[in-house]
Amino acid sequence: MSNDIFVITEHMDGKFSDVSFEMVGKAKELANAWGGQSVSIVVGSGISSDGFASDSTIQVDDETLNRFNPEAYGKVIEALVKEKSPRLVMFGWSATGMDLAAWLSARLGKPCVAYVKGINIEGGALIVNSQIYGGKMMADVSPEGDMAIVAVLAGSFPVEAGQGSTAATQIASPVLLDGLKIKFVEAIKPAAGDVDITAQTKLVSIGRGIGSKDNVELAEELAKKIGATVSSSRPVVDAGWLPRTRQVGKSGLKVKPKLYLMLGISGAPEHLEGMKGAELIIAINTDKKAPIFNVAHYGSTADLFEVAEAMLELL
Amino acid sequence: MNIVVAIKHIPSIADDLPVKGNNVDFDSVDFVLNEFDEQSIEQAVLVKEATGGTVTVVGVDMIGELDGVLHLALAKGADKAVKITGDDPAADSHQQAKWLAEAIKGMSPNIVFAGVQASNDLDGQIGPMIAAHLDMPYIGGVSSVEVAGDTATVNKEFAGGFGAKYAVSLPMVVGVQASTKPPRYAPISKVRQVAQTATIEKVAPSGESSARLTMKKMAPPVVTGHAEMFTGSSKEVAAKIVDLLKSKGLA
Amino acid sequence: MAAKFEKVKSVEKEHAIVDGVDISGDWNRMFEQRVITEYTPELIEKVADIPGAESFANCYQCAKCIPVCPVDIVGNYGPRKLYRYAQTGMDLTEAPELWLCTTCKNCLRVCPKEVDMIKIMPAAREQAILAGKFVPAELQQAFENTAKTGNPLGQPQRKRDAWIQNAGVTIPIIKDLARPVDVLWYVGSYPSYHPRGIDAASAAARIFSALGIDFAILGREEKDDADSQRLAGEKGLFEMMAESNIATFNNYEWKEMVVTGPHELNAFKNEYPKYGFNRPVSHYTTFLARYLDQLKPLLKHEVNVKITYHDPCYLGRHNGEYEAPRKLLEAIPGVELVEMQRNRENGYCCGGGGGGMWMDSFTAKHTKMRLSEKRAMEAASTGANVLAVACPFEVSRFEDAVKSTGNEHVTVNDILELLDRSMRGEQ
Repeated sequence: MSNDIFVITEHMDGKFSDVSFEMVGKAKELANAWGGQSVSIVVGSGISSDGFASDSTIQVDDETLNRFNPEAYGKVIEALVKEKSPRLVMFGWSATGMDLAAWLSARLGKPCVAYVKGINIEGGALIVNSQIYGGKMMADVSPEGDMAIVAVLAGSFPVEAGQGSTAATQIASPVLLDGLKIKFVEAIKPAAGDVDITAQTKLVSIGRGIGSKDNVELAEELAKKIGATVSSSRPVVDAGWLPRTRQVGKSGLKVKPKLYLMLGISGAPEHLEGMKGAELIIAINTDKKAPIFNVAHYGSTADLFEVAEAMLELL
Repeated sequence: MNIVVAIKHIPSIADDLPVKGNNVDFDSVDFVLNEFDEQSIEQAVLVKEATGGTVTVVGVDMIGELDGVLHLALAKGADKAVKITGDDPAADSHQQAKWLAEAIKGMSPNIVFAGVQASNDLDGQIGPMIAAHLDMPYIGGVSSVEVAGDTATVNKEFAGGFGAKYAVSLPMVVGVQASTKPPRYAPISKVRQVAQTATIEKVAPSGESSARLTMKKMAPPVVTGHAEMFTGSSKEVAAKIVDLLKSKGLA
Repeated sequence: MAAKFEKVKSVEKEHAIVDGVDISGDWNRMFEQRVITEYTPELIEKVADIPGAESFANCYQCAKCIPVCPVDIVGNYGPRKLYRYAQTGMDLTEAPELWLCTTCKNCLRVCPKEVDMIKIMPAAREQAILAGKFVPAELQQAFENTAKTGNPLGQPQRKRDAWIQNAGVTIPIIKDLARPVDVLWYVGSYPSYHPRGIDAASAAARIFSALGIDFAILGREEKDDADSQRLAGEKGLFEMMAESNIATFNNYEWKEMVVTGPHELNAFKNEYPKYGFNRPVSHYTTFLARYLDQLKPLLKHEVNVKITYHDPCYLGRHNGEYEAPRKLLEAIPGVELVEMQRNRENGYCCGGGGGGMWMDSFTAKHTKMRLSEKRAMEAASTGANVLAVACPFEVSRFEDAVKSTGNEHVTVNDILELLDRSMRGEQ
């Protein structure tokens, strides 16, 4: 048993995600407090992994691991964790980390905390802060035992603290990777032809409150008037009212426009992840307790349809 | 083909959540079906319609009100409903996943669906845990599923329209992000007819597992900042927003 | 509109011989059967075969319904046209036309053949819903909300009585009161949750209190009447809600029931009896008109406005109450009451009935303007500065409509609000 901290980093097309660095920064801080080592774990093939600030970086390199495969990645990570018994294993609460954290927890019988916003050590014990119930509750929990797994929400810690130049140590896969039941077939790229919302300076973003597909037109009209593009939260895309390329948030795109005008979005943490860097956030939502009002710069609980129609007349 | 859907009955977040001690006051909240489970039930029914087979929906009865949810699933095209008589509104994901895995084992599933996540997944989601217990591969964040023979082809979403297509030898567990088509509407007369005729199989909880988390504190988030609120009629609010945009050169 | 007319085939024959006489020529038309019989009746029969929708086949195309159809006035609609569309290839159970009727009943009032859209529409819609055919998404949402939360707005059941805190008078909840009351006031979903509905409900509570009426409400036990959901085709949902409400109503002792809304009146008076509920129910206008002598001395403050009153379809045509609302308005000192061109039996529909309340965006796509906008313009044309209503669906509909038609100078008020204003003065 060690006091080491494993960070399971994430990458796509050779590029590491912000949350990887955020976790590494936090891992360093925790490792210092515990007297352990922070270890970045890179699972992949032929990627340059020398950019982390961790005490060490282990790169498991195998052609089979070229693309994310939850089964192969899971087996590799499980083997490493079993071998080194770290005190804490950190995943991102992301498309990849979400496949692995709870799975590993059940495999190893070790506690797991999801939706993690904060990690602290109090009197030697780990206190993990989790943002659950769609952002309506914060829970402080203490994982029992000698190993814990956390899945961290992106944007919880600063990116810079995890950036460094630790040289990665390449190792071969600790497990045999043949006979996999999951096979990567092909990558899916965003539908061509649609606008790139990440490149827009102004977004009118609609949420569940827009009510129906027919009402999307109103948002389109308003957006057109101010030279903006329509984006949305996940439910709007799930309902088929807008293409997936318009989705802002964790499972969508991260945007940083000058203006983010929100109509009927309550502000679930997954959505906030994608837009909180916007320069001017204006939120219209009838629920005065909607979490978005804690993030927006300006807000109103007026009826979004009335406001949008009145704005159209004024513009 | 045996298609199983594992569902979660969770506290509704449509309203404020009252706290009692160190947890949600389960007596004064409404329980609803996890919204991702609506997608996963639809996806299961779509697969059944394409390939044949039976859909069995199984969930832990947290507060004794799961029947309504199961009837709705049956009305939408599920063939069998099973409830695990957990009767513990505080049962965590680890415990539910263990009970579900034990119940599902006997159903010889070819494919198991679960919602990709739930808002109360403090200790992680049931989908990957069920996969671990049943020793099946798991892929979450899935937005389409096609089954041919003993292979499922699934699309997993990463972000921003990027994703990957995987071929998986069945059996497997799928964490559904969104069904291929939006969930269908079940007319209440159908739901009521189902409620009168359908039998819901009751299964006693079997197996133990725990999140192994000690709750120190649960509370609504401390508000750090708050938006400056525009008040007045919708027209006045609109005027203020337009003025603001114009003053910043944004309109 | 999806249906399109096919060119009518010529009825002339090049050669026609009648009783041995050759009458070839374009004037032979009168000797031939009307071309109408040459159309296939299949799609008409498809509708008429649905139990409840039989009278669809009665239509003989006289077209009396067209000028009174509120949807035709802003579009291209009406029972006669639906029949004609069906002749020319429209399957009503799959067409957008299925969802445009507001069940306002003005067509049935004038129809010599008793083609009853009030029965046809719910039956045909139910079949479409059961068959998994197209249902407007907004309507589907209202159904789901009603089933899940007990109200079409999707608001939590626990908050149904939250509004009583700010009404300014004590509003007893029958369960807490634990004794029989004279009047059980069924508040309704919009008066319980919608901000403008709450204004009317609060006014009603103050009026009932001032009159010394022994009343109570059901509070959190109250659920939506679901009559409009029934008319929109969700009969199963209606039955579920009716059974639940009737059980609640019968749990308590009360002498009569007063409802805020005409749709609730229709539900409890005309539909719930089919499920075993047979107790006296009145709309608040009817009820308060009975108290006019006690009410008048309370109306101390002048309300100097010119009012035009909109007859709700489900209070007027469906339930025959035209006078009580007018008597109440006339009792307010300072009020001048003027009539719109379409009033009483021929009152124009606000577009909210028959599920229209939850299909605004859908309907807007298939009409030239909203029904509420047409009516708001008609109200403005009377020179009135207040449009008075007596149905909780209408305040928000008409407030939108006066704005979108540039008639902001017309304010929309429930009669309850106007009575309350006269009682208490401007607040």
